[in-house]
Amino acid sequence: MARTFSVRTQPGFTFIAMFCFFLLYLPIVTLVVYAFNSGQSVAIWEGFSFRWFESAWHNRAVQEASLRSIFLAAFAATLSTLVATMAALATTRTAPYPGLTFKYAFINQPLMVPEIVTAVALLIVFSRIKVWTGYSGIAYLLAAHTAFCIPFAYLPIRARLENMDLTLERAAADLYATPWNAFKRVTLPLLWPGIIAGFMLAFVISLDDVVITEFVKSGGQETLPTYMLGQLRRVVTPEINAIATVFLLISVAFVTTFFIINRRKP
Amino acid sequence: MAIGKTAIEAVGVTKIFQSSGQDSLKALDNVSVTIGENEFFTLLGPSGCGKTTLLRLIAGFDFPTDGQILLHGQDIAPLPPFQRPVNTVFQNYALFPHMTVGQNIGFGLEMQGKPKAQVEARVAEMLRLVQMEELKNRRTSQISGGQQQRVALARALAPEPKVLLLDEPLSALDYKLRKEMQIELKRLQNETGITFIFVTHDQEEALTMSDRIAVMSKGKILQVGSPRDIYDRPAVRFVANFIGETNFLEGKVVSTAKGQAKIALDSGATISAGLGEGAKPSGKVTVVVRPEHASLVAASGKATLSGKLENIVYFGTDTHYHVKLNGGGEFTIRHQNVHAGALGFEKGDKVGVLFGAEAARVLRD
Repeated sequence: MARTFSVRTQPGFTFIAMFCFFLLYLPIVTLVVYAFNSGQSVAIWEGFSFRWFESAWHNRAVQEASLRSIFLAAFAATLSTLVATMAALATTRTAPYPGLTFKYAFINQPLMVPEIVTAVALLIVFSRIKVWTGYSGIAYLLAAHTAFCIPFAYLPIRARLENMDLTLERAAADLYATPWNAFKRVTLPLLWPGIIAGFMLAFVISLDDVVITEFVKSGGQETLPTYMLGQLRRVVTPEINAIATVFLLISVAFVTTFFIINRRKP
Repeated sequence: MAIGKTAIEAVGVTKIFQSSGQDSLKALDNVSVTIGENEFFTLLGPSGCGKTTLLRLIAGFDFPTDGQILLHGQDIAPLPPFQRPVNTVFQNYALFPHMTVGQNIGFGLEMQGKPKAQVEARVAEMLRLVQMEELKNRRTSQISGGQQQRVALARALAPEPKVLLLDEPLSALDYKLRKEMQIELKRLQNETGITFIFVTHDQEEALTMSDRIAVMSKGKILQVGSPRDIYDRPAVRFVANFIGETNFLEGKVVSTAKGQAKIALDSGATISAGLGEGAKPSGKVTVVVRPEHASLVAASGKATLSGKLENIVYFGTDTHYHVKLNGGGEFTIRHQNVHAGALGFEKGDKVGVLFGAEAARVLRD
């Protein structure tokens, strides 16, 4: 009897799949397990304890870095989502014209340019500005994070807009809605899931960033990831595992929410 | 039917779609048509004939390259859709998925800035009109296709537009529901007294519902008339061919007099046929005869044409007789089946075809 071809029944498939999952998840599982180690080592198991979570919780440097990370992510995600929404509207609610594809590429530039290049470029430009203005506050980080978050917010919003039935906006206009009213009453309510998904993605991306942050930050502006990186250069205790575990939890929560929201059909 | 006051008038409307290359598409070519108040007017034609383009120009979703669209004498062609007292029922209904049935129906009035109480009252009235009172608070995704259709109608009628545009609104419904909605649409048009402009490619739908029909092809209106006009007296070959089945007979004009012409057919016989108003054809012409306007008779001198019976196809309500004409050509006769039984002809019989001058029509070509 002829059966449809399934790659899952091929010899070796299970082995290869398991091996890939093993490679992907073993380090993460190890990291999480040792977060609960009661000893000083990240390699020798001595017993179960929450002591490193407590220690991290009471660590002032961790507290400050966490708050800074969250503030930075919230600000960058909000502003980049706003910009991305306008960009998505401008690039979808128009008749195609020469140069439109170029504009997509232009908006998505941060996805294409190697992060280290952007980081070095920002470092050079910002250091000039620092000299001119004497200002060395958090605004540089806010600007940098907002900029590289834009394409991440843009993609789900644009996808949502492209899938939306254009006759709905036409129907609104037909029923005496001015363009602003049509946007407010029809487009925006239907776009919300895309906007929230874009915001969440931007938030996680900002929260997670090391390279650009490391180059742009001034003294005393550690975020959680750069703090962790700094710690690794000194004594490594399971405290870093505990921080990473909480971080992982937050990211997974955000990304899962993003997928659930994005899966709903317009 | 007599046309009362004019509601919509298209004057020399041309629409050219410029595509990215040099090739451009002339969707409408100098179209002029007058649609009366309280009229059920149908734009009929195959896909790509320009009927939907004309509807979109009236709605304001697109603007004409040239020409005017007058609503009660005022040119509305440059106005955006939200400034036109014209509403549309969309092919896919385009109901707002994030609103309830009631909110959908009230949307137009709300956008017009009507007070809340007035909107509520009108929504209740519209729900009653389309017999959906109990579904007011449902989501539009929770109701059936036929019910969505009614909500789309109620939503478009609620602001009391001067003209209602319907873009193939019945094409998504199954046969039985479509028949029901045809009657429903006629009823709504009678009760509201609003001008309906209905776009369809379905000739049967057009014939059963319309006061007048405009048959379109390739961006032009070929003929405007009542369903009976269009069916019984098609002016051009496309109209005769597109609507119903037709026999075409080729011949030469011998003489014309008093709205009739004597035609010498290529097959040898000479027949009389009706002429359109003011038509004075000469030379080669085409004559059309509807299959049910001719009858099958025994071969004799009385018959208009003669030939051999080639095939008999039984259809339940009627029977089709296919005759191979002497001198070339085929002719189909549709005979209503009656209680008394069949006509009594057999395949292969020599037969005659009988029709009068009023059943034959000379096409303008």
